[in-house]
Amino acid sequence: MSRIHTAFEHGKAFIGFVTGGDPSIEKSEEFILSMIKAGVDLVEIGIPFSDPIAEGPVIQEANLRALAAGTTVDKLFELVASLRKKTQVPIVFLTYLNPVFKYGYEGFFRRCRESGADGIIIPDLPFEEKDDVARIAQSFDVDLISLIAPTSEARIQKIADGAAGFLYVVSSMGVTGMRSEIKTDLASIIEVVRGSSKVPAAVGFGISTPKQAAEISRIADGVIVGSAIVKLCQQHGEHAAGPIYDYVKSMKEAIQ
Amino acid sequence: MDKGRYGVHGGQYIPETLMNEIIHLDESYEYYKNDPQFNGELRDLLNHYAGRPSLLYYAQKMTEDLGGAKIYLKREDLNHTGSHKINNVLGQALLAKKMGKTRIIAETGAGQHGVAAATAAALLDLECEIFMGKEDTDRQALNVYRMELLGAKVHAVTSGTQTLKDAVNETMREWTARVDDTLYVLGSVMGPHPFPMIVRDFQSVISREAREQILKAEGKLPAAVIACVGGGSNAIGMFYHFIDDKEVKLIGCEAAGLGADTDKNAATIANGTPGIFHGMRSYFCQDEYGQIAPVYSISAGLDYPGIGPEHAYLHDTGRAQYIPVTDEEAVDAFEYLARTEGIICAVESAHAVAHVRKLAPKLDKNQSLIVCLSGRGDKDVAAIARYRGVNIYE
Repeated sequence: MSRIHTAFEHGKAFIGFVTGGDPSIEKSEEFILSMIKAGVDLVEIGIPFSDPIAEGPVIQEANLRALAAGTTVDKLFELVASLRKKTQVPIVFLTYLNPVFKYGYEGFFRRCRESGADGIIIPDLPFEEKDDVARIAQSFDVDLISLIAPTSEARIQKIADGAAGFLYVVSSMGVTGMRSEIKTDLASIIEVVRGSSKVPAAVGFGISTPKQAAEISRIADGVIVGSAIVKLCQQHGEHAAGPIYDYVKSMKEAIQ
Repeated sequence: MDKGRYGVHGGQYIPETLMNEIIHLDESYEYYKNDPQFNGELRDLLNHYAGRPSLLYYAQKMTEDLGGAKIYLKREDLNHTGSHKINNVLGQALLAKKMGKTRIIAETGAGQHGVAAATAAALLDLECEIFMGKEDTDRQALNVYRMELLGAKVHAVTSGTQTLKDAVNETMREWTARVDDTLYVLGSVMGPHPFPMIVRDFQSVISREAREQILKAEGKLPAAVIACVGGGSNAIGMFYHFIDDKEVKLIGCEAAGLGADTDKNAATIANGTPGIFHGMRSYFCQDEYGQIAPVYSISAGLDYPGIGPEHAYLHDTGRAQYIPVTDEEAVDAFEYLARTEGIICAVESAHAVAHVRKLAPKLDKNQSLIVCLSGRGDKDVAAIARYRGVNIYE
């Protein structure tokens, strides 16, 4: 069993995302340790991809910065291995299927286990196509985390049934990025999830303020924030650790 | 074979947000493709609006000059809007109407598919937004203005390499934001199932006509049919009804840019490796870590790092052959066809013409070849002039 369940054992979980290697592998490690110090319960590391079709402009640009800095999957496995000497906070990757496919599913998930990564989120791998990947990931104790969208409707049950790690509930239509308002009826989606699955449900896409996080945490088990943190990396570059600490702390306090 | 699979290729690798809509599209298409009224309306549009059937023209001067097989040109360039793209967009736009959609969105490379989509949208009273790489809006500025004349909104895509693949990314992103009233009218035989099937079916009219036409003209099947391949829609259209005729060679010509052995090309079969991208498993130009490679061709329509999954399958099984053709060969062929037959074809199609110039002399005079002239070349004249050092801007 992966460490993911531990993220949800101390109240509502705050899940923070950075794009790995933006602006460098060393800085990513510093930023992640800073998030952990501020109380993050689970870390998502984006493996940069040339064509991230589910991302808005903020994370798209972070992907390009990380690739331009020479980030590779192998270097991110080394980053996770280095973090594992310092922390037991659950770590999951977020990436697109092609980098995983090209690496080879066996090799990729073996390296996940060796380095200490607990799970993976693949936005372009829907339920219908996931069997091969899920089976191999599970054989290396890596959870393939499933996504549920506002349009999932009758699909929610089958996705939730047999889900691993946690369920990633997409708050809004469209791509990642900060939104002033979230209109989806998340409560009814999460109610269906709870009827079909024992794994926790965390909500992501569009969340950036403590007020939004507090509202979401009333109905969900966790709150996922990506673009708002990546925006800090963009604004502060190598000096983002301090601002990230302050931000994560404010978000974690908001969902207590 | 599984539904939506072509051997190991194809599939539906897209975000969950789109899955119900893709399933709905598949079900709608499966219903309407057998609906006599839908087919009647589509036939009517193709015949009385787009100008089908397109001619199968015997290129006598070219045949005599090359001194081998008889060369026939399937004149998709004579369709309304000037390319084969209209075959597909009329089908998909009509399907969008039947599904109750009020808006279509589409990617475009050279602008041919964008113009065709904007045209169909104008005719069928659909809102239309087109996504086009910034680099392509610059090199095909006239087509941008054409789309706007037709009432479409054109978005210049500034992400990534600012070409066709980025236009596809951005159209996908837009679709995830708004599916209720919107259909993504994909322009090639690519993307997640059911798009490769839908686009192939609508384009297969090319070979359905050509097969009848050549049998009437020659009394026997051609030795080969030849088409250019980017995503591969005109090629699959040209191949489809000949796939079971094992004696007919199927030849796709992909864009080798400055050379298939240089780092400036878009020759996916020559240089690509298996991957999963843009909703499908197929071959892609990519690096060792699966990052999609920036590709290059003089032709914006072939400037794509992947190929449709059915072509990947036809390659795997050996049924079709894919040959790289350079910018230089394509531009030579563009000029050759203009001088020899008085036909200015699209620079995309000129890649296929270039291969015919090599192939025809090797064949007997009692054999024939069909080359798909997928589009007309008005859009390319300024770029070809610049390639030859004549400083013309549109």
